[in-house]
Amino acid sequence: MNMYAYIFRRLLYVIPVLLGVCLVIFVLFNLVAPDPAFTLLGKHATQLQIAELHHELGMDRPYWVQYFDTVKTAFTFDFGYSWTSKQNIWEMIKAGAGPSLSITGPLFVIENIFAISLALLVAFYRGKLVDKIVLVLSIAGMSIPSLAVVLFGQWFFGYKLGIFEISGYERGFPQFVPYVILPIILYVFISFGGETRFYRTVILDEAYQDYVRTARSKGISELRVMFKHVLKNSMIPILTQIIIQIPTLILGLLFAESFFSIPGLGAMTINAINNSDFPVIKAMTILSAVGFILFGVVTDVLYTVVDPRMKLK
Amino acid sequence: MSAEIKPSKSLLHNALIKIVSEKLSLIALIIVFLYFLVAMLTAMGVLASNWGQEIGQSYAAPSFEAIKNYFGLDIFGRSVLLKTIKATETAVVIGVVVSMISIVIGTLLGMLAGYFGGFVDELIVWFYTTFASIPGVMLLVAIAFILGKGTTTVFLSLGLTSWLGLCRIVRAEVMKHKEREYIQAANAIGATHTRKLFNHILPNISHLLIINFTQTFDSAVKAEVVLSFLGLGVVGRPSWGTMIDDSKLELARGVWWQLAAATFAMFLIVLAFNILGDALRDALDPKLKGK
Repeated sequence: MNMYAYIFRRLLYVIPVLLGVCLVIFVLFNLVAPDPAFTLLGKHATQLQIAELHHELGMDRPYWVQYFDTVKTAFTFDFGYSWTSKQNIWEMIKAGAGPSLSITGPLFVIENIFAISLALLVAFYRGKLVDKIVLVLSIAGMSIPSLAVVLFGQWFFGYKLGIFEISGYERGFPQFVPYVILPIILYVFISFGGETRFYRTVILDEAYQDYVRTARSKGISELRVMFKHVLKNSMIPILTQIIIQIPTLILGLLFAESFFSIPGLGAMTINAINNSDFPVIKAMTILSAVGFILFGVVTDVLYTVVDPRMKLK
Repeated sequence: MSAEIKPSKSLLHNALIKIVSEKLSLIALIIVFLYFLVAMLTAMGVLASNWGQEIGQSYAAPSFEAIKNYFGLDIFGRSVLLKTIKATETAVVIGVVVSMISIVIGTLLGMLAGYFGGFVDELIVWFYTTFASIPGVMLLVAIAFILGKGTTTVFLSLGLTSWLGLCRIVRAEVMKHKEREYIQAANAIGATHTRKLFNHILPNISHLLIINFTQTFDSAVKAEVVLSFLGLGVVGRPSWGTMIDDSKLELARGVWWQLAAATFAMFLIVLAFNILGDALRDALDPKLKGK
């Protein structure tokens, strides 16, 4: 099959998936969710007030119109206004994206470079002591609840030792740097276990293939086998893993942001949950889903470019 | 000529022998067993039934005067040790119920998709692609937020977000199995679809369910902390999540024992399940051997 036809078909498949995602979100927020009148008007609202509110929020219209509205927001990003701050949600998201990305961006780069190098190292020395130590540390790291790491880290390094800024944020580079260092360190600690283990498995998957044995039998040095043959072939799952993380960067760090008072999207989501701010949660869900779908397509298209076998399917 | 043929051991039996014969996985198995035992005893009221009792001053530091005081007291003067033990029950119940929900949904949908193929397959694949397209945390948060605080919310929100992986694996595996000879044989004697699916194929893919159980249990126990942090966790009984969440206000006052106790209790069982899960995968899935 032609590569372009494949890409075109992959793009077409976005439509039913996007409609499905909107359906899930519509069912959750418009059908299952409790009546917003309770949150917005309180206990003593009159029938008339409730009816007016329903009209104002468009809840008196037929379900299919409301569903269509949800689909529309996935394209226009016109999420309406927050119930608590009355701000335009898209403006709020734009304001929060900067602070969030100033943590998740560097975190994403550091964490992946760290995990992949570590995985290469232990794959090279597989079965040896280094491998075992890193494996044990990874599994132990994965087993510590992340909230506990954030709590303890903030208290110990920020409060007790006073090395890092404990909370707050300043916009603009390089003013924000001191505020993001500690959250980044803590999150590298939280995620290195799972990531390292994943990359190690991926690399070892390749390391036992026949072509690797052939390469070795030709007398190629172990180092060259590792980098030239194994790493190159394990690039596909590695790339997928990396790309699929990108849309989650925009979500920010759910725990850390509110603890470190960083005005990012993670903190915004937490605030919205605490204040029963439905439109903001709905907006974040739609936004992250759209991001996931788009990057899914990018990954699949990249596959066809990187891996010739894909074209046959 | 009277050489007796030894009855062959089942896959599970073999797996169990392998796990018990290795030191690390045996320890993990024992830890998991102990946690389940503690959970059962607490549920029956034998252990930590008086966890809500005030036994001393608010935030009294750990001391060795009585077993109850080993881990100190919380804000209401309750024993942190008893709370941690009581929370074991909460965690085990959450882990088991969530795993059951995810296993039932994932296996059923995966089997239907893989077995019938065609339109059914496309529909189910579309369904799980849809769910997989919403980032896990966000979907979890959205479902929990909409259902409101409570234990049912914890079960449902975690269960509804954790069936995807199993569904995908089961679908792929059933697709392979339905072409095998034993299914052809079942066809030849006129077995019904239900019989082929549940009596023939299901036992052959059951190891996937067991491996999945260890993973889902782990992630459910960990995700409970997230929900507690969001104020959407369990109410009316202690859980490690709420204990960790409570300690965010305590640390600055030097009260570290509640965080330490809950974190350690959780760390140990998650670690044990992690190790056990790996050992089970190695033992049950021969394709992955040596990796």
